[in-house]
Amino acid sequence: MSGNGTGIGASVKRKEDTRFLTGRGRYTDDINLPGQLYGYILRSGMAHAKIGTVHTDAAKAAPGVHAVFAGKDMEGVGGIPTGWLIHSKDGSPMVEPPHPALALGKVRYVGDCVAIVVAETADQARAAANLIDVEREELPAVASIKAAEADGAPQVFDEAPGNVCYDWEVGDKAATDAAFEAADHVVSIDVVNNRLIPNAIEPRAAIANYDPATGEYTLYTTSQNPHLTRLLLGAFVLGLPEHKLRIVAPDVGGGFGSKIPHYAEEAILTWTAGQLGRPVKWTCDRIDAFKSDTHGRDHISTARLALDADGKFLGLHVSTKCNLGAYLSTFATCVPTYLYGILFAGPYTTPAVYCEVKSFFTNTVPVDALRGAGRPEATYLLERLVDKAASELGMDRVEIRRQNFIREFPYQTPVALQYDQGDYDATLDLALEASDWDGFEARRAESAARGKLRGIGISTFIEACGIAPSAVVGSLGARAGLYESGSVRVHPTGSVSVFTGTHSHGQGHETTFAQIVSDMLGVDFDAVDVVHGDSAKIPFGMGTYGSRSLAVGGTAIYLAVEKVIEKGKKIAAHLLEASVEDIEFENGSFTVAGTDRSKSLGEVALTAYVPHNYPEGLEPGLEETAFYDPLNFTFPAGTHVAEVEVDPETGEVDLVAVTGSDDVGRIINPMIVAGQLHGGLAHGIGQALMEECVYQDDGQLETGSYMNYTMPRAADLPSFSINHNTTLCTHNPLGAKGVGEVGSIGVPPAVINAVIDALRPLGVHDMSMPATSQRVWQAIQQAQG
Amino acid sequence: MPTVTMTVNGMQRSGTVESRTLLVEFLREHLGLTGTHVGCDTSQCGACVVHVSGTSVKSCTCLAVQADGADVTTIEGLANGTDLHPMQEAFREHHGLQCGFCTPGMVLSAVDLANRNSNPSEHEVREWLEGNLCRCTGYHNIVKAVQAGAQAMGGGS
Repeated sequence: MSGNGTGIGASVKRKEDTRFLTGRGRYTDDINLPGQLYGYILRSGMAHAKIGTVHTDAAKAAPGVHAVFAGKDMEGVGGIPTGWLIHSKDGSPMVEPPHPALALGKVRYVGDCVAIVVAETADQARAAANLIDVEREELPAVASIKAAEADGAPQVFDEAPGNVCYDWEVGDKAATDAAFEAADHVVSIDVVNNRLIPNAIEPRAAIANYDPATGEYTLYTTSQNPHLTRLLLGAFVLGLPEHKLRIVAPDVGGGFGSKIPHYAEEAILTWTAGQLGRPVKWTCDRIDAFKSDTHGRDHISTARLALDADGKFLGLHVSTKCNLGAYLSTFATCVPTYLYGILFAGPYTTPAVYCEVKSFFTNTVPVDALRGAGRPEATYLLERLVDKAASELGMDRVEIRRQNFIREFPYQTPVALQYDQGDYDATLDLALEASDWDGFEARRAESAARGKLRGIGISTFIEACGIAPSAVVGSLGARAGLYESGSVRVHPTGSVSVFTGTHSHGQGHETTFAQIVSDMLGVDFDAVDVVHGDSAKIPFGMGTYGSRSLAVGGTAIYLAVEKVIEKGKKIAAHLLEASVEDIEFENGSFTVAGTDRSKSLGEVALTAYVPHNYPEGLEPGLEETAFYDPLNFTFPAGTHVAEVEVDPETGEVDLVAVTGSDDVGRIINPMIVAGQLHGGLAHGIGQALMEECVYQDDGQLETGSYMNYTMPRAADLPSFSINHNTTLCTHNPLGAKGVGEVGSIGVPPAVINAVIDALRPLGVHDMSMPATSQRVWQAIQQAQG
Repeated sequence: MPTVTMTVNGMQRSGTVESRTLLVEFLREHLGLTGTHVGCDTSQCGACVVHVSGTSVKSCTCLAVQADGADVTTIEGLANGTDLHPMQEAFREHHGLQCGFCTPGMVLSAVDLANRNSNPSEHEVREWLEGNLCRCTGYHNIVKAVQAGAQAMGGGS
C-alpha cells in the first residue's frame, strides 16, 4: 500500500460529488420510463380494523385511471417475508404471522397498504383514491408496549397470544444470579429507548416495469441492498426467478436502515406492472413516509448491575421489552436480540451477563434497523447504568469504567462475542484530553456565574459490526448469508471497473473503494470506477448496513485485486521469460526480482485481452471476483464526551461540546470517516435531545410530519471534535472495523449523563430521552418540590 | 390552463400548467430539471430551494404561475460550464455532502446567504440554514463549506 496522494489514508475528494453538486445525481424519482403510469397507495387511516369489501368502481371510473387493486386482487401472491427466525427461551419458534402486501381482512396500523390506484398522472391517482370506499369495522388498538402486554389487551394477531412474538434470552442466568448473590452492591435502572422515525431526506420511491418480450421485470427502488430485495421479492413474494427480476437502486438519498427492508410497496408496484404491462411509478410523500418507513428503537428495560466493594462489575441482568410494530419487517426480529443482547459486556470484564428480551406486536408501523440497530439501545442502557453505579458508590465516573476495562485480547464475552482487538484506555485517555475533562469544573463555575447549570457526560462503548460469519448467523436464525462479493475488471488499456455488492447512499464507496484498488494496483485514481446498485451488473451482494461495507465489501474487493495480481504475475512471467515465483508486483509494475526487467499492469492487461503471446493453459482476460465471508464481527470502540449547559429557568439544554474518540480500525479516507462520525453523532444527539415518535392510545401517529417530529437542525448542534486511536481488526486484511453507526451508538448516553450531571445539584438523578426543555423543566420542578 | 414563461438558468422556458402546479413540479416534470429535489410536503426540509429573481425560495411552496416572468436559477444553472461555482467547489472541498439529496437546496440557500454576508460566522451560518434539513452530515462540514464558499465568492455572485 503506497499511501500516495490518492491512496489508502488520503482524504481524496469524492468522485460522487460533481454529479450531486451539479444536479446530475440520478435518484429513483428522477427516472421516468416511456409509457409510465403513476401509482398511489391508499393507506389505512385506522390503526386496527376489520375490512370487508373494498369498493373500487368509482375510482376505476375516475379520469385517467387504468386500474385499482386491493387485497383480494393480490390474494394469491406471497406475503412480505422476514429475514431472521428467533427462538424463545423454551425453544419454540417466534410467532410469524402473514404480512399480505395489500391488507386482507384486517388493517393493523395507520399506514397499512389497502389499495393501489394506477392512473395517467400522480394527481389523478391520488384524487381517485378518495373515491375508494372501504368497508371497515374499527377495532381497539394497542399502540405501545404497555398497552400490548396489559391483561385483556386487544390482539394484533390471533396467533400471537398476549401480542408476544418471542421471549428470548442470551447469557448464563444461573451464573448471573450467583453473581448478584455475591455482590456488595446492586445498582438498578429503568430506561426507555425512545422510538425514532428515520427520515432519510429522500423519500422512498419505486418504478416497476415488465417487458413481455423477455419476461423480465425491472424494479428501480430506493434500497440499501438491491440483491436482498431481489431475493425476498422474487423468491418469497412473486415467485420470480432471479434472471427475470432486475433490481436497480440508483443514487439513494440516505438510508440509515430504513431502506434495508423489502417493503410491501415494492411488491405491489412490481406485481401491478406485470398486470398492466406498463411501467408504474410511485413516490412516497413525506407524510406517508412517516407512517410507512420502518421506525426504530422503542424499548423499555430494567437492568441491574452487581458490583463488589471496589466497584468491580460482577454481573449484569437486563430485562427488555420491545415493540416490533404490526408486522415483522426484514431484520426486525434480530435487531433487539442478536444486535442487542450480545452487546452487554460492552468494553468491560463483567464475568456474568444475562439478557432477556420479550418482543410485542402493536398497531404501529413495523420497527426495524435504524442507524446502530440494537447497539445504541444496549449502549444507552449500559452506560446510563454504569454512571448510576458510580454515583451510588461515590466513585469517579471515569475510574469505574477504567477499572473494569477489558485489556487482554482476544476476549471471550459471556454473551457470545469474541473481541479480537482493542485499546479502550487509549480512546478514553484521548477523549479526556480532547474534551479537557480535567478543566471542566472551571467551566462549570463560569456557567454557574451566569446562572446556568453545566454538566459533562461520558460513555465508553464497543460496537459489533460487519455481522458475520454466515455459518454462525445462520445457526442463530438468519435466513441469508452475510458475506459480500467484489469484482475487479482490468480493461485492455488498463483502466479498472470495480463491482461491489454493497450499496452507497451517502457513504462515498465510489471514492473509498477506488482508493483501495488504485493503491493496490498502482493505477491512477481517476482510472478506477466503482459500480454498485444494480443486480444485473453485480454478481451478488448483501448490501450496506451494520457498518459492513468496508470491512466486508472492501475486503471482497481486496481479495479480488489479489487474484488479479496473481494472474497478472503469470502473464508477466511469460512475457519476461521468468518464473512466476520470481515476479514481484509493486506500484503497477510486475518485475523480475532483483532485476530492472518489468512489465506494467497496462502491458499485462493488454496481453490478457490480446493473447497472441500468452501462457499456455491460462484463460484470457483480466477480471476476478471474490466472495468474502468474514471470520468474526468487527469491534469498533470508543469514548464519547458531551458537555451541556442547562438553563434552569426554561429547561433548555444547550449542547456546547461533543468529543468523539474512536477506534474504527484502518481509515482509508479520513475526510469521509470524519463525515460518517459527524452524521452519526447528529443522529445520536437527535435521539438524546429532540426526536421522539409519539402515538396516541388509539394508534394515530401524533408526530406525523416535520411540523411535529423534531429533526436536528444546524443551529441545534455544535461542531464536533473528532479524534482517533487506531487498532487494526485482526481478521480482515484491511484491518477495517466500521464507522457508519459509531456516533448514534456512543453519544446518546454521554449526552444524557451530561444533562444529569448538570441537574444533579438540584436533586435530579434521572432523565429520559429526548431531554427536551419541557421534560428537563418538569424534572427540575419535581425535584424542587 | 395557464401558460407560464420564465427564464430558467439563463434560458427562456414556457409551459402550460395547471393553476395548482408547483414551481418544483414545473422544473422537475415539465423541464426535466431533476436536480431540484422534494423531501417533504410541509415546507420544512429545503431540498427544493432554488433562486427566484436572486433570492432563495422553496420551490415546493411557490406556484409555477407565481414565478411567471421571473428569473429562476436551479442547481443545474449554478456552475459556469464545467467550472463549479465557488460554493459548489467549497462543498466538494469540505465534504459538505454525503448522499447528495439535500445538497442542491443547501448550496442554493448558502449562495443566497453569501450574497448577503460575505463572511458569515459559524453561528450565522447555522441560523441561516434553519430551513434546510440534512440527515447525513450533522451539518459540521456544511457549515465549514458555507463559510469557505462565502469567502471564495467574495461577497457577491
